[in-house]
Amino acid sequence: MNTLLIIAAKELRDGLRNRWVVATTLLMASLALTLTFLGSAPTGTVGVGPLEVTVVSLSSLTIFLLPLIALLLSFDAVVGEIDRGTMTLLLSYPLARWQVLLGKFLGHTAIVAIATVLGYGAAGAALALGEVEIAAESWQAFAAMIGSSVLLGAAFTALGYLASTLVRDRGTAAGIAVAIWLGFVLLYDMGLLGLVVADEGRTLTAEVVNWLLLANPADAYRLFNLTGFDGVGRVAGTGGLAATAGFTAGTLLAALAAWVAAPLALAAVLFSRRQI
Amino acid sequence: MTATTPTVDAAGVSKRYGDRYAVRGVDLTLGAGECVALVGHNGAGKSSLIKLMLGLTTLTEGTLRVLGHDPSGRAGTAMRRRIGFLPETIAFNPSMTGRECLDFYARLKGAPPAGNPALLERVGLEPEAVRRRIGTYSKGMRQRLGLAQALLGEPRLLFLDEPTTGLDPALRQSFYDIVRGLRDAGTTVLLCSHALTELEGQADRVIVMNRGRKVAEGSLATLRTLAQLPVRIRLTLPDGSTDAVEALAGLGGSLTRLAGGVVELACANDDKVGMVRRLACRDLPVQDIEIVQPSLDEMYAHFLRREAAE
Repeated sequence: MNTLLIIAAKELRDGLRNRWVVATTLLMASLALTLTFLGSAPTGTVGVGPLEVTVVSLSSLTIFLLPLIALLLSFDAVVGEIDRGTMTLLLSYPLARWQVLLGKFLGHTAIVAIATVLGYGAAGAALALGEVEIAAESWQAFAAMIGSSVLLGAAFTALGYLASTLVRDRGTAAGIAVAIWLGFVLLYDMGLLGLVVADEGRTLTAEVVNWLLLANPADAYRLFNLTGFDGVGRVAGTGGLAATAGFTAGTLLAALAAWVAAPLALAAVLFSRRQI
Repeated sequence: MTATTPTVDAAGVSKRYGDRYAVRGVDLTLGAGECVALVGHNGAGKSSLIKLMLGLTTLTEGTLRVLGHDPSGRAGTAMRRRIGFLPETIAFNPSMTGRECLDFYARLKGAPPAGNPALLERVGLEPEAVRRRIGTYSKGMRQRLGLAQALLGEPRLLFLDEPTTGLDPALRQSFYDIVRGLRDAGTTVLLCSHALTELEGQADRVIVMNRGRKVAEGSLATLRTLAQLPVRIRLTLPDGSTDAVEALAGLGGSLTRLAGGVVELACANDDKVGMVRRLACRDLPVQDIEIVQPSLDEMYAHFLRREAAE
């Protein structure tokens, strides 16, 4: 346990020192604040709070941005250290390989978590200081959005680790990371939509489509944030979807958690067999 | 583990990458308080052998016990607490300071970081340098820091892979002083090098490797006897003493003229004493005499030639 924390703390300190934490926090805070102020202008008196608008717009942004940040942070984690020769020295110390992998993962996830909580928290703080009264339920949705964003970041960090242990070359690992991002974030939904249209409901029933959505961490995250809370669903126009999707918030979070655990476990197995 | 158990015990150890053998059928025993040198070309299998002993790679064939355990097994993790390793090319995170770096490795090894300043001083890193980022270090300073991390936690077994590359002669001397001190305290030291001349007088035993195989093993004296390389006796004669040169030719052994009036007589090692005695009996105008033993470099070249001929 102690070894894990030592490695995680070093990774976090490296992140603080090479400005990764500062840069991503500033990026996320500026985007969150922009969306909050732009988004709160048109709500008027339609009956939705400014925080719900923020949750919808921020979670849509998170789906694109956070996986990219997480993958950029993690694709180099293993293959880069082997390349630079620091891994040989590290593994000559009294620690198991899974401890190295999990420790580094915890450190990187902490970087993502700090950037998300501080960056998005800035937007929340700005709204709290504003004049509009915000319901407790809205704050709940906002907190759930931040929490699930960290989980989404962790899932793509884990996928980045898998890319990093899969190959022997940094360039290839970077390529795989980009492919993961393109595949899950951009192409998956388009492909799924195309299939649904072409199939005309013969084999792809609503239930099958639902399960296919769970098979993508980005979609599980989207469903969780856009359908999980009533007020949010009304803004996003996904209120009806919530009824048909038929997944509880727990199931969606479990799917995200599985997307953290499975790639990480696979990466640990691959790394333990690696001949350094 | 008793005192008589060897620190490293390898039998028929092989490591294959694809269809290429990096290490092939190596037997090796290292005892406590021994300093053993592993010599060979680049790619002779020295680093591959060390990686096997550290448990970084797994064996293809053979058995290997390090400090009584299988290094790539479950017990290998705890075993590495007693091992120090200085890799051939040492790489540290350039954004850390020397002190932070050593503290990190000390915590990983479970050694009290309170002892780190003394350790850094022992390897000759100035307190001023210790506070600087490693990115600003010279090659020699990084190598000293590398040695410091290898010495963490009082290891019983030290692997030093090309430890003196990039060090100036003064540093080399202090480096070998440290190694000698450790060996005398009972640590097993395995030194890899191709700077063979500086190993003379440091290593109790030399193991010559070539293309993954162990070619020869023994003390320097044993290797000399095995190699049967000629001993050369160099005589400085005054100018124009052709008579003396002719007289020398009659002594047996082959004669070569070198620059500066120096004549070299090569003879077998067994005949060395006899040859000097015969020289002394003749009343030759010798100004200076020097006996040159075959160096480790020459022996190494000899063993490789023999290996190639087989």
